[in-house]
Amino acid sequence: MSDVSVSVRNLSKSFRIAHEPGGLGGYRTLRDDLTKLPGRLLARLGRNSRRTSETFWALKGVSFDVEKGEVVGIIGRNGAGKSTLLKILSRIIEPTSGTAEIYGRVGALLEVGTGFHPELTGRENIFMNGAILGMSRAEIRRKFDEIVAFAEIEKFLDTPAKRYSTGMYVRLAFAVAAHLDPKILLIDEVLAVGDAEFQKKCLGKMEDVATKEGRTIIFVTHNMDAIHRLCSRAILLRDGVMAAEGDVTAIISSYLHETHPSVRQTYRLPEKCNTAAEICLIEAEVLDSKGRSCDSLLYREPFALRMVWRHFVEVAASSYAVRVYDNRNRFLFAVNTLGSDLQLHHPGLREITCSFDYNVLIPGNYYVTIGCYVRPYKEVHVVKDCLRLTILAVPYQSGPRFSVVGDPAFALHPDWSQHELNDSSAKGIKSQPLTFA
Amino acid sequence: MRPLLALGEQYLNVALLNAECVTLMTEIEPRRPATLAQQWSKPTYRIQPTKGWAGLNVREIWRYRDLLWVLVQRDIKLLYKQTALGVVWVVAQPLVAAVIFAVVFGRVAKLPSDGAPYLLFVFCGVTVWTYFSQALQRAGTSLVRNSQLVSKVYFPKLLIPLAQTLRGLVDFAVILIVLAVLMAIYRVQPTFRLAAIPGILILMALTSTGVALWFSALGVKYRDCTNALPYFVQVWMYASPVVYPMSMVPERWQWLYAVNPAVGFIEGFRWAVLGSNALSAEILCITVTTSLLALFSGAFFFRRVERSFADMI
Repeated sequence: MSDVSVSVRNLSKSFRIAHEPGGLGGYRTLRDDLTKLPGRLLARLGRNSRRTSETFWALKGVSFDVEKGEVVGIIGRNGAGKSTLLKILSRIIEPTSGTAEIYGRVGALLEVGTGFHPELTGRENIFMNGAILGMSRAEIRRKFDEIVAFAEIEKFLDTPAKRYSTGMYVRLAFAVAAHLDPKILLIDEVLAVGDAEFQKKCLGKMEDVATKEGRTIIFVTHNMDAIHRLCSRAILLRDGVMAAEGDVTAIISSYLHETHPSVRQTYRLPEKCNTAAEICLIEAEVLDSKGRSCDSLLYREPFALRMVWRHFVEVAASSYAVRVYDNRNRFLFAVNTLGSDLQLHHPGLREITCSFDYNVLIPGNYYVTIGCYVRPYKEVHVVKDCLRLTILAVPYQSGPRFSVVGDPAFALHPDWSQHELNDSSAKGIKSQPLTFA
Repeated sequence: MRPLLALGEQYLNVALLNAECVTLMTEIEPRRPATLAQQWSKPTYRIQPTKGWAGLNVREIWRYRDLLWVLVQRDIKLLYKQTALGVVWVVAQPLVAAVIFAVVFGRVAKLPSDGAPYLLFVFCGVTVWTYFSQALQRAGTSLVRNSQLVSKVYFPKLLIPLAQTLRGLVDFAVILIVLAVLMAIYRVQPTFRLAAIPGILILMALTSTGVALWFSALGVKYRDCTNALPYFVQVWMYASPVVYPMSMVPERWQWLYAVNPAVGFIEGFRWAVLGSNALSAEILCITVTTSLLALFSGAFFFRRVERSFADMI
């Protein structure tokens, strides 16, 4: 059962970064190499090479297996080694050490439209690009109509690609790649191009390829939703080292928390604050379900707002309020401390936590305004848009995913129940059988 | 999902703690994929660092022959896109060069031409040389110009310069027609010697491929090669019997002169068209040997540095 299709052992790749004062930006010239040659030979003899370069490990000791038909996502920050890994697996670059064994034909899609030439027509580019991706001419001819239909460019087949709109160009490029027929498909960040409609189509096509055709896919992207939809397993790379591997949701959330540890979306009262208010918001942040400070939450993940207030003088009848707006600045809802049993009037520094056990926000961006008011209605200190909050399309704890078409304000998931009725028990309903002509 | 998670931790541990854990791991995870040695089916390919010289891997080139053909086609098509005169440009260059040479070297400098009309004599040399120099310049810079392909897809990179030297043969076929017209004008009788032309063309293509492989491979690392190439080609032309016959070279130095691999196909081509017999069997052997030497050394050097192209380009 456990048929391996890619087996990677201890794969490492290092690059030398030259430290040349006022250097040529990495280019080596023949003259330089020739003039340094005697010195280098001497150094080699004397075994004391004093190169002013530094070894940089793009990948270090990466090992994993991918079984046949598995879809594995590789995530990590920029420069974590994701693309290097794919380039090694597709044999474009060689590893410095370690091995990888590939069982089956590989198709690598590291870039959309490699080898496309603006002067060539759509038809010529299909053959060009197909051949570059490793298809034979017979194969391309067989799939030609399918490719053209997928790209929706029938009318422009004999127009040079330079007259295409960007959208057409990208559609055509992806169409060719999507009709590649390898056992193992390596895909790097191709979903970052095209409009939302097209991205949806690509994702759908990839889902088809993975589920119906049972191919092995190794997939690099920053699109967490795509990873979640397509992948059965994920690998997290950090600075060239495998940081974690396993269940997609777990890996995604650990990735999200490492992405920007230093620039968290928190609010701090600026040093030079000229509010003469008697009550001040000192700090505010969003906490995820585990109580960690964050700026993005999974779909339906419970969250909390933590804020720190300072009261300089005693103010009676004060209350805190939180207003939430979506990214079109629609006012969605507000909550306040009126009617709660918080004791807020005495001076001092206090931390307030506002927990939302049910998160009904749909995936998207939100802006939170936090303020303190005194009845009947007087703003004491209001910070407009003091927090930004992102809800991802990745569901929380294998819960339901957001599946509404359109643009609703909220997402609710009620408990549905079903109860089969027979004719006699349905008294109010006419029991006359329907007849069809 | 649990086994997958365990699998993840397992490899992390392997990476951190080394081989000692492996036995322990197999106990935890019995469904663990077989180790490399136990794998019963052979991998399609195995990726590992290679060292030293590599084989030519002709089979891989053959497998990608469709791509080679597409690359050749692309360049031929591109040449004539949006040009009104199209194929005329292919002919114009050697023709103009031949006329200039005929005036400068034939009329003014009065260089000998082994008895043939000087224009025809020099045109034979110029056509072959045009192919050689263009193939060299196009193929020699082809990797750098196609850096996108080199760094984003896998295929035998040898195809890129090879496509350029092959594509030049199409232009050459057009020039042959002009040569036939010139032969008719000068009333040169075609003989059975013309049958040797395909063989001479192969020698010409192989030589230029060999030299171009050196330049294209070196050009990835040293961009100087791109700049040096035009000068190199120009100097080489005067070191070859293009505007003068080989018979001008003192006989006792001819063997040394023949080390230049261009001598073989230029004089050979002239012999096939005009019948000037400057090539002795001995000279031919030397020049063919250096041609083949250029081809194989170029190919092996290319294969040796090919693996680092994507890192360097």
